[in-house]
This record gives sequence, structure tokens and C-alpha cells, in this order.
Amino acid sequence: MRLYEYMGKDLFRTYGIPVPQGVVATSPAAAELANMKPPVVLKAQILSGKRGKGGGILFASTPQEIKAAAERLLSAPINGYRVNKVLIEERLDIARELYLAITVNRSLQAPVILASAQGGMDIEEVPAEAILTRPLEVAIGLPSYAAREVASFLALPSELKPEFAALLQNLYRLFREKDAELVEINPLVITTNGQLVAADAKVIIDDDALFRHPELVRVEEVSEAEAKARQYDLAYVELDGDIGVLANGAGITMATLDTLQYYGGRARNFLDIGGGASVEKVAAALEIIFASRPKALFVNIFGGITRCDDVATALVEVKKRHGLPVPVVIRMVGTNEEEGVRILRANGLDAYTRMEEAAQKVVEIAENAA
Amino acid sequence: MSILIDQNTRLLVQGITGREGQFHTARMLEYGTNVVGGVTPGKGGLTVHGVPVFDTVAEAVRATGANASVLFVPPRLTLDAIFEALAAGLKTVISIAEGVPVKDMLQVYHYTKNLPDVHVIGPNSFGVISPGKAKAGFMAHEIYSQGPVGLMSRSATNSYETVLGLTRRGIGQSTCVGVGGDTIPGTSFVDLLPLFEADEQTKAVVLIGEIGGADEEIAAEYIKNHMTKPVVAYIAGRNAPKGKKMGHAGAIVGASGVGSAQSKIEALAAAGAYIAESPDHIGELLEKILS
Repeated sequence: MRLYEYMGKDLFRTYGIPVPQGVVATSPAAAELANMKPPVVLKAQILSGKRGKGGGILFASTPQEIKAAAERLLSAPINGYRVNKVLIEERLDIARELYLAITVNRSLQAPVILASAQGGMDIEEVPAEAILTRPLEVAIGLPSYAAREVASFLALPSELKPEFAALLQNLYRLFREKDAELVEINPLVITTNGQLVAADAKVIIDDDALFRHPELVRVEEVSEAEAKARQYDLAYVELDGDIGVLANGAGITMATLDTLQYYGGRARNFLDIGGGASVEKVAAALEIIFASRPKALFVNIFGGITRCDDVATALVEVKKRHGLPVPVVIRMVGTNEEEGVRILRANGLDAYTRMEEAAQKVVEIAENAA
Repeated sequence: MSILIDQNTRLLVQGITGREGQFHTARMLEYGTNVVGGVTPGKGGLTVHGVPVFDTVAEAVRATGANASVLFVPPRLTLDAIFEALAAGLKTVISIAEGVPVKDMLQVYHYTKNLPDVHVIGPNSFGVISPGKAKAGFMAHEIYSQGPVGLMSRSATNSYETVLGLTRRGIGQSTCVGVGGDTIPGTSFVDLLPLFEADEQTKAVVLIGEIGGADEEIAAEYIKNHMTKPVVAYIAGRNAPKGKKMGHAGAIVGASGVGSAQSKIEALAAAGAYIAESPDHIGELLEKILS
């Protein structure tokens, strides 16, 4: 779960990490009344990077300008996201911009500190040799000497080093205590009067650990289809092809996408109904897929915990209730396969046994529909 | 022979009195697995399908001589259950649960990384099966047959798809291991390769990977330098968009392209592994390799 910038900064404040003075406003009038002394910066609160380029960050030097800027930010979507909140902050006098983050490195199977003297831009654009990657031992945590090493890499003036070490250790404490996947400060600013300030905050919490963090406000920013998929516990990702995909199991769903591509087709979506899917769940999955207007649908079921007859029954149910808006190609093997195929055939549908054959067929259908 | 579990395994089921625990205990017994005991705190003294239940793992090990454990325990209780099993001296601990926090698995990984004879398998795993000998997990065991192929997979369904193809071709398996679909697996491909290399029954190894992380690249290094047995690899997710989790917590390509299928396929091919285009293609390749 990614947090909004203002929520990340609230956490920073709690953990003793310096942030700019700021207020959150939900309307232009509130922004004007926020009593922030200009000059200020107004930042659209959306869960998207590249906010600056998308017009989501504006500067204002008078109360009238504050109101006008808030109006602009709140009136139109930025990078495709609706803006409900604006963060108004004091404008910093910037001497240097650094990059600082803590995340889990999968190949090292450890938390790592990432630091660079080239802050303020997308970290993907910073050359690898300009980024320090320092793994941490879980049992040891983040000792002071490691923090001092990072400070040296960043070539900080010696009078700032103790303050920086404390900031980094606080950031690590937040990372551990809140089960974060990522805490990122970009940029970490050194002001012209020599203060360290976190000018931005990106915090992502491990979804699987949310149960032990009732104190964190839940952030939901998903499309209608994604919200529905979540409600039915379906793993759904929208893609840009034209063949709808319904499969069971993350691995086989990925393999299905690859097989379609192998035969020259493109999937409209990734949809994994998971193990033991009920009729109701399958029907919801079909609804989500059909709403995205594919040219054909590929159902690929390897029955394990999921039973073929359940999926067949759901397909037939949807067909009876609403009709099937596009041609459907089904591949079905595994648990209760015979019963599943019998149900399909009794209702004017059929199933393949081999994934390759079925994939070829559905690609052909989608091409002819174009 | 086979790896991790076999006919000498005396299996414990942690979480045996839950719905999944009860159901799969019956299935594991049906397969002929020697399930010697179960553990659920507060339910000691009961029996499940004739298997005695204990309050703690330590008691269960003392009473039954158990030497491996499979966990049908919810994700939020998994960390505690794994440490309880390890504290009781068990070396093979298999976790099924999907949704274990990353921080918890980091703790397990760092505790076990210098203990070479300890194998925590999973979480988010279908378990381990040595066909004809023992099963610790939830896989549909009907499709497996005994034979020369060692298999390890991050995905359950892709392993089923592969095993079905192998069995239909008359190619059996020595042991199939679900390393699991999570970000931090207790045991990775590279930890299992030496076990398969040393196992007499295993003549070839199948690696079923997917996008996310670098476990396949790390395994490729090992294959290049240490494996004498042929390795066939399949990587799922060639068409996955960046920054989206594809069903598994660990199946995600980073914004900069880290963890892409392409990088894994290139590394494995350069290491001398055979690259399969689909799960079914794995069987086709093995037919040629083993003949």
C-alpha cells in the first residue's frame, strides 16, 4: 500500500525526520485560509511519480496565487488521477539535493540503504556508479558507523554528519516498525542555511503486514475494475491487447499470456481466479473481462483445488443470463474435467485439452475479428 | 533416493485441526505419507484421521520422533510456527501459507542462512512431493510418477502443467519442490541445485521460474560452475508490464526492468540450461535429453 506524500511526511514527523512546514487542503477556499506564509509550493496528492512534469506541483507568492493554484490542481486530473487533496508547504531555499532510501533487495535477501548525491531526479536515471547500495544485517540493524559511511559517500560537511546519521537511523526505525517495502526521500534537501529537510516522502507498506498496523489509514486508489476484482479476491491487471484471459493460478496465467504472444496474439488482461474459485467468483471475473471489451476470451483452467465443473457451470450461467458478447475458447483439464466438458457441450460450448492448440485458435479468432 | 522427503520422513502437520490441515492430512495419508503427528496449541490430546495432536512442536517431536514439518498455518502465525519447528530441532520445514509479511521471512532467512542442513521451504508453496514415497503439501498427487526428473518451481500451476506433460510421456520425477511465489523464499533455486546434483535418482533438473527478483540469475551462476546434470528452464511472464504484481507477491518487474523474463532466460541459456518455450515444451526437451 503506497501512502500519499502528506501521510508519509506525517510518519516522518513522528519519527523525528525533519519535513517542511505544511498544511493539507481539500478546497481552494481552505487553501486560502490555511494561513501559510508565501512563498509556498502546492503539491497535488496523487500516487503517481513525475508529478512535476504532469503539472502537479505549482508555486505561489501571494494568498491569491495560493487560491488560484489550489483551484487549478483540484479541478482537473493529473497523470490520469483525480486530485482530492493539495499539500501546501513552505518553499525551501535549496543548496543541495540528495537521494536516500531503504528497501528490501531481493537478490541480497536483505534490507539495503540506497543513497546518491544526485537527488531530485528519477533514481532510474541516475548512473549506477553514482548510487551507493549498502546491505544491512537484520540481526544488527543500522549501526551508527554504517550511517557515517553513507554520510561520507554523500560528501556531507562534517557538521551535518551527526544530524544525517540520526535521520537515517530514524528512517530505518520507521522502515522496520511499519513493515515498509520502501521508504524514499527524493530529494533530501540541504537548505542554504545548512538544514537537512525531507522535501518529498514515498512510503510503501507491505500489504501482507497491514493486519498488524491498524494505526495506518488505508489508501485506496484503484479503477472500478480493480476495485471489483479486489472485492472478489481476484488478481487482475489490465493490459493493452485484445484477448481476454481467465485462468487459475498466477504461474499458469503468466504462461497463458506468453503462449498467446508466442502465436502472435496479445492479452487484454491478466486475471487469476485463484484456487477453489466458486461459480459466483468466476461470474464476477467474466463480467470484469467483458467490460474491458476484448475481441475474444480465452479460458485456461488446470483444475487442482479449482474444479472444472464449477468453472463450466459459471460460464454456462453467464451465457444464459447475459449471453457471451465475444467468442470464447476454453481449455480445461484436471479435477472434474469430464463433468466440466459435459456441462459445456450440453450448452453449446466446447473445450480443448492442450493449451497450445487453444491459444492458436483464440489468436486466429481475435485476428479475424479485427 | 530423492531430496528433502522420502519413505523415511516422519511428518508433522502444524495447524492440523484447521479446515485445510484436516483435509490435506487425509490426502497425505492417502498417498502413503508417514504422518506421525499434528500440532495445534490448545488442541493437544485430540486425534485427526487417527493422527495424535499435540500442543507444542517440542512435545510432538519427543513423542513421535518427527523429522519434518508441513505448516497449514495462517500467514500471520507462520513466523512463530517456523521458529517453533526449528527450535524443536526439525531441519525440513515446509510452509504453505500465502501472505506472510516480508519482514517475517527476512528474519527467517537471516536466522537460517548459515545453517546448511536446515531447509525452510516456502511460504506460498504447494509443498514438496517425492513421488511414490511421501508428500508434504496440497498438490494433486494423482498426476505424479516416480522417475529421474527433479523439479523446482515458483508456481504451483505451472509445475502441474509440466508434471502432467512429463507423466504422459512416461517421464517420472524424483522430487518436486515448490519454492513459492513470495519475495523472500526460505529456500531458493540455488539452495536446491546441489541437493539434486548429489541425488542419485535425479538425472535431470527442471527449473520453473518467473519474473521478479534474481533467483534465476543466481541459479544460472551455479549451473554454469557446478552442475553436471542437465537443467531445463522455463520462465513465465515474458509479457508482464513493469511495476505490476502478476498474481504472486514476488512476480513483479521493476520500473528499470530488473527481474524481467528476458534477463533470466539469457542468464540461464548462457549457463548452458535448455530453455523451454512453454510448460509442455519442457517434456519435449526432456524426452530428447534423457534418451
